[in-house]
This record gives sequence, structure tokens and C-alpha cells, in this order.
Amino acid sequence: MCLAIPAKVTELSGDDMAVVALEGVKKKISTALVEDLEVGDYVLVHVGYALHKVSPEEAARTLKMMAEAGVLQEELEEITGGAQ
Amino acid sequence: MKYVAEYRDKDLAKSVASAIQREAKPGRTYNIMEFCGGHTHAIFRYGVQNLMPENVHFVHGPGCPVCVLPVRRLDDAVEIAERHNVILCTYGDMMRVPGTKQRSLIRAKADGADIRMVYSTLDALKIARDNPEREVVFFAIGFETTTPPTAVAIKQAEEEGLKNFSVFCNHVLTPSAIGHILQSPEVRELGTVQIDGFLGPSHVSSVIGFEPYEYFAEEFQKPVVIAGFEPLDVMQSTLMLIRQINEGRHEVENEYTRVVTREGNLKAQALVSDIFELRTSFEWRGLGPVPYSALQIRENYADFDAERRFEVSPKQSREVKSCECPAILRGVKKPTDCKLFGTVCTPDNPMGSCMVSSEGACAAYWTYGRYRDKTARQQKEAAA
Repeated sequence: MCLAIPAKVTELSGDDMAVVALEGVKKKISTALVEDLEVGDYVLVHVGYALHKVSPEEAARTLKMMAEAGVLQEELEEITGGAQ
Repeated sequence: MKYVAEYRDKDLAKSVASAIQREAKPGRTYNIMEFCGGHTHAIFRYGVQNLMPENVHFVHGPGCPVCVLPVRRLDDAVEIAERHNVILCTYGDMMRVPGTKQRSLIRAKADGADIRMVYSTLDALKIARDNPEREVVFFAIGFETTTPPTAVAIKQAEEEGLKNFSVFCNHVLTPSAIGHILQSPEVRELGTVQIDGFLGPSHVSSVIGFEPYEYFAEEFQKPVVIAGFEPLDVMQSTLMLIRQINEGRHEVENEYTRVVTREGNLKAQALVSDIFELRTSFEWRGLGPVPYSALQIRENYADFDAERRFEVSPKQSREVKSCECPAILRGVKKPTDCKLFGTVCTPDNPMGSCMVSSEGACAAYWTYGRYRDKTARQQKEAAA
């Protein structure tokens, strides 16, 4: 729960919601905490909310580290497996 | 992608390690407390301690929100679920934490209580919308990263006129806990641990900025370095701390400039202060009552406060006897100092909160650390 996972914004809707793509998974998240988001931006996603923007390099680096540390799969399962 | 290679670079790691070897003065000890569960995980996973000279130690602090929640609050959540017939929603990490008499949310669920694991407060709101005839309570825990999503949920519930949604708020604040570790008489009773500097939490700081640590560094005269999660981040930040300690400085430095700024996420901070206010005191597992270290829902949003909506009866909450989580969370003891560790207490059958969450010191030690200690012991024996 403590970790935040980087994801790319693929769709924005007007109600402070966005669709992000991460490792082949699509997820609807809230963007209520971040300003000036555009499609194509990377954000750190934490418990279903974008916390802030990150650069594509930072996103790639974090994802790689999470994969190496064996926590990426766990996080993805949490994201997709929670109550919908 | 070139940055990925840079941060993975073994030569770079070696060069930071040798700078630490060179600059850590042999005549003194450097005790560095990491406050964030993510750092604890990185230190164990990548064997960062092995790259340090013998006089540089990492002390694992209370950086996991599941671990620091006192049993009493968990017992209260179980009671709200069982006695008031609500739908209680919470993050997965809370489900297996043992309360009094080993009673956890998952056991209460097995006994018939309607307890649901959610990934997000958005899911809890949806459950409330879908079940207008039932009361839905979100059991909220977490540090400054998890608080803004709870604030948004309360705001949204108000805007939608959701009358059956409330929050059992257990959000806690990191700077006050760090301060408490340094000054509380209770900590001294458990044994002293000298702390020379702090690795500051990274994602927490991305929300609150690093400004709140400036007062703290000045007041307690301890250096703080905001550190990223990479093993190299942790090593670089440790080097920065060693330099400050050697030079007698006590400032806040930011190693994680890629993400953290001095002021943090102002939009998130504004939302949090609109919905929440400081509690005068809140109990932390391991630290006892800590003044102004947690948040409660403001009067304006009292309708969404589960503590006002549901009564809980006073009870005798008890930790498992012999569980050393409190001392481990203060950095006074190591997981292996606990006689339950690895015997009756394992991640499959946790006796205390530090073994439940993967960011807890006991779980990290169980997964990685015990092999390291064993190898070090074998190497020493072979050399002798």
C-alpha cells in the first residue's frame, strides 16, 4: 500500500478522472490532486490517485527497480484485484 | 532510458561505497535511521548494509503505517464492523494485522462481518453508492501520501450528498513522530538508541515538501536527507548525512530532487487542511501517545466522521505478550532480538504488525536479512 507506481495518462475526462496504462493494464484513477495534466504525461499513482507528475525517465527507472525488487507484480495485482 | 543504466551502475555504487569508507571516521559510529518502509525494503533487498563500513548502521524506524497503528484502534474497527452492522472497507494491508486475542479483520470477516478490501477510496465510495440502505465506513490509515485521497473521498461524498459514507480516520504525520523518537521519556525507558541523522521519506515529502523537516533539523540539531528509493539513492543520501555529521551541520538536504520540492504538492495540502485538523494526541504502537501527530476530521465535515457516528465501547486492548514490535519500531531492538521472530511469528502467521506488512522491519528481515546474518556469521567462523 505504501508504494506508488508510475503510469502513463492515456485519457482524461472532465470529472477529475483519467485512464492510465501501466504494464498492459488500464486503470481509471482520480486526478483530483494534480494540476495541469495532459495525455502522455507520467504520474505516480498511489491508492488510485495521481500524486504528482514524473518524467518518463523517472517512470522507467522506478518501474525497473520495482520489477527487480519483485514488488511490481504485487502492486499490479493490488491495482487490478481490488474491489471494482 | 539512459538514466536507468546510470542508477544501476555497479561502478557508481562502488565509488559511492568507497567514498563512504573514506569519509566515515574510524573513531566514531554513525547511526542513521530510515523512516520509510520503502527504504527499509531497499536496504534489505539490495544488501546496502553490506556495502557500509562497520561503524555505519541503519536503524529501522517506525515508517510503516500498518505497523504503528495501535491495537486499540484496530479493535475499534472490528467492533464498528461487528456491532453496528456496517460495510467496513479498508486497504489490504490491514486485513491480517492481529488485534487483541489475535483477532484480525479477516477473522471478523470469516465470522460474518461485512468487511471488504479496497484498493482505493474511490472503491469505497462506489460501494456506498451501490448500497444506499447500508452504512459504509472507510477504515483509513496511512501517512501523508495516503491522506489526500481520503480527503478527496470525503469532499466527493459531501458533493454527491452520500449520507451513508463515513471515515474512521487514523492518518498520522511523520515529522512529529521523528521528533518524538528523539525526545520522549518513554523511548528512553525502553533503552537508548543514539541517532545521528535521518533518511527522510521520499513520497511523503513529495506531498508535504521538505520544508516541515527544516524546523525539526534545527530544533533537534540532526541532519535530514530526503532520499529516493533506489539503493544508490540510499547510499548517496547516507554519504550526504556522513558529511553533515562530520562537519557538525544539521540541515535538510534533498537527494531526491527528481521528485521532491521544498513546498510539495500544494493542491493536496490545501485539500487535506480543508478536511482535517490536528489531534492533540494520538497513540502510536511503539511510541505511545504522541502530541499533534495525527489528523481528525474537522467539525464542518462531522457527518462523515465514523468516530462521531458510531460508538465504540471502552475495552482492554492487548498486544501479543513477548512481541517486540514496540521496541523494534523505536529502533531499540532488531527483529532477531525478539524470541517470537521466525519461530511462532512468520509472515504466514504474524504475531505483530511488523511481520504483516512487507514494509515492516520484521517482514523485511525475514525475507532478506536472516540469510545475510547467517552468511556473515559463517564467514566469520570460517575466517577464525
